[in-house]
Amino acid sequence: MTDVRRRLAVSALAFGGLAFVSVLAAPLIGTTSISLRRVFDGSVPFADNVDAQIFFIARLPRALAGAIVGATLAAAGVVFQALLRNPLATPFTLGVSAGAALGAMLAITLRLHLSLWGVSAVTAASFIGSLGAVAIVYAMARARRRGFSTNILLLAGVTLNAFFSALILFVQYLADSAEALRTMRWLMGDLDIAGYGPILAALPLCAVAFAAFAWLPRPLNLLSLDTDAAASRGVDVLRVQRVAFFSASMATGAAVSLGGPIGFIGIIVPHLVRLIVGSDHRVVLPASALFGAAFLVATDVVARTVMAPIELPVGIITALIGGPFFLWLLVRQR
Amino acid sequence: MMAWARGWALGASAIAALAVVLALAAAPAAQQAPRRIISLVPSATEMLFAMGAGPRVAAVSSYDRFPPEVQRLPRVGALVDPDVERILSLRPDLVVAYASQVDLLAQLTRAGIPVYTCRHGSLADITAAMRDLGSRVGLAADAGRAAADVERGLADVRASVAGRPRPRTLLVIGREPQSLRAISVSGGFGFLHDLLDLAGGENVFGDVKRESMMVATETILVKQPDVILELHYSDSASRDEETRERGAWTLLPGIPAVKNGRVHLLYGGELVVPGPRVVLTARAFADALFGVRSGSQPPPRHRIEEVVF
Repeated sequence: MTDVRRRLAVSALAFGGLAFVSVLAAPLIGTTSISLRRVFDGSVPFADNVDAQIFFIARLPRALAGAIVGATLAAAGVVFQALLRNPLATPFTLGVSAGAALGAMLAITLRLHLSLWGVSAVTAASFIGSLGAVAIVYAMARARRRGFSTNILLLAGVTLNAFFSALILFVQYLADSAEALRTMRWLMGDLDIAGYGPILAALPLCAVAFAAFAWLPRPLNLLSLDTDAAASRGVDVLRVQRVAFFSASMATGAAVSLGGPIGFIGIIVPHLVRLIVGSDHRVVLPASALFGAAFLVATDVVARTVMAPIELPVGIITALIGGPFFLWLLVRQR
Repeated sequence: MMAWARGWALGASAIAALAVVLALAAAPAAQQAPRRIISLVPSATEMLFAMGAGPRVAAVSSYDRFPPEVQRLPRVGALVDPDVERILSLRPDLVVAYASQVDLLAQLTRAGIPVYTCRHGSLADITAAMRDLGSRVGLAADAGRAAADVERGLADVRASVAGRPRPRTLLVIGREPQSLRAISVSGGFGFLHDLLDLAGGENVFGDVKRESMMVATETILVKQPDVILELHYSDSASRDEETRERGAWTLLPGIPAVKNGRVHLLYGGELVVPGPRVVLTARAFADALFGVRSGSQPPPRHRIEEVVF
């Protein structure tokens, strides 16, 4: 027990420090050099202070969004891997992101022009789409028998992914070329949110999910071994599965509607963290969230500087790093 | 032996002569002015109508909206989804397509249907393409006149802004509605950049040799444009919608264009079509940049319905 506490403290300190430093440093790095003194120079009005505008309007929201999305996807990855008892599970395995993508595609193609509290129709529609996918998968998993079949969950998720992908292609095919380009861009992930509205909209959902995550590690430890053994040790298996499924799905939906379906974070980060801290969820879950935040913030800095002034989608960078890593993991498993 | 050889030589030369005669007979037929033209390229459709070949256009692409006469014509797909069966069934004697539609071009050539290919490029390419297409359809003189009209119109716009200070302009060609996400802008290449240059604006991304690109809000903050021209391809928008779209830019209050109320939204299908109506686009750009309508009054609202030809 004390050993776990100590490992938790050390990893929280190390990964937390990494996340903290990356969020602090990211707004200072970019193609234009800005001076911190000018950023916080109160004597210049904000409207004339380009350094402050770059810091507060362009870079800080990006870094914060990156931290939230990265932490959420990494933590959701850990939860899904434990819930499905499959090390190759990702937050997108159960179709949440495909549902979100379909919602976003429809909003773009149907030219929905609504916005509430700085949240555009595309963001809202993608969140609604992800909820739709979650509802369908859950109904499937519950349909056959009492309890919660993770096998059916997996199969339903994979099928739903394929089905939604077909619908996405269909919608994209009917769109005109400008819209098709925008839908494609959305699928690559983007953290340039220019403002704090979308962050404030996603934050409550992520906060609720993280509150659930705080309760999950101990039952997940038992669950990831064997459901029967977990039940015999007094774990309410169905309840844990339900909480894990809904909290991770909702968090994924919120993260995807904020930054698009940024791939591979939910698989690289948990596995890297496990290599370092072991497999106890009481340590892996918080450490993954912190490392996920640091990782996405750092990759986003690469995305916005490497080809400047052209903006490279962050999803391309994470996939370029994640793809080979995933393959290595696959080979190493055997 | 010799007789055999002579016989062969005679036969071969007879066949060769026949081939030459046939080729000579066929050549004028192939070059005859086409009577049933199918255009899969909206800008080429507009060119054909501008040079007086409109009555010969038998079908158009699914994106054609101009001139109004095309509303009555059959649609045969577009860039990615040309309907080959329908095209063949309409028995065209010329199909105007994009050079990138290689599969379609191969099928048409196999079917013996003459094709004419287009490639979009700079502003100067537009009138060059008009003249070239004109001589292909046997209307070289009319096409030359129509092209000269376009060139004159563009020259007028250029003259009207001569000597004025050139405002640093951001030319936005797309973004997510009501937010500043996924902003596509014009780089320093292509007809839209050329039109902006001609209308007296200095493209803030003129140094990037690309037709279009996505940029981060940070880059726009760094560029500090004096004017933002934003193209919307719908023909119109409600006053509310327009106000909301212009309002999205208040997320970047420090940009001179936003501070000074110089965000101009331009509406019109012609904005994306590199055809004869570029004169209208050039005029709309110049009006937005220097027009009397800007200033203390609400920013100009452009909707172009007049027809130049």
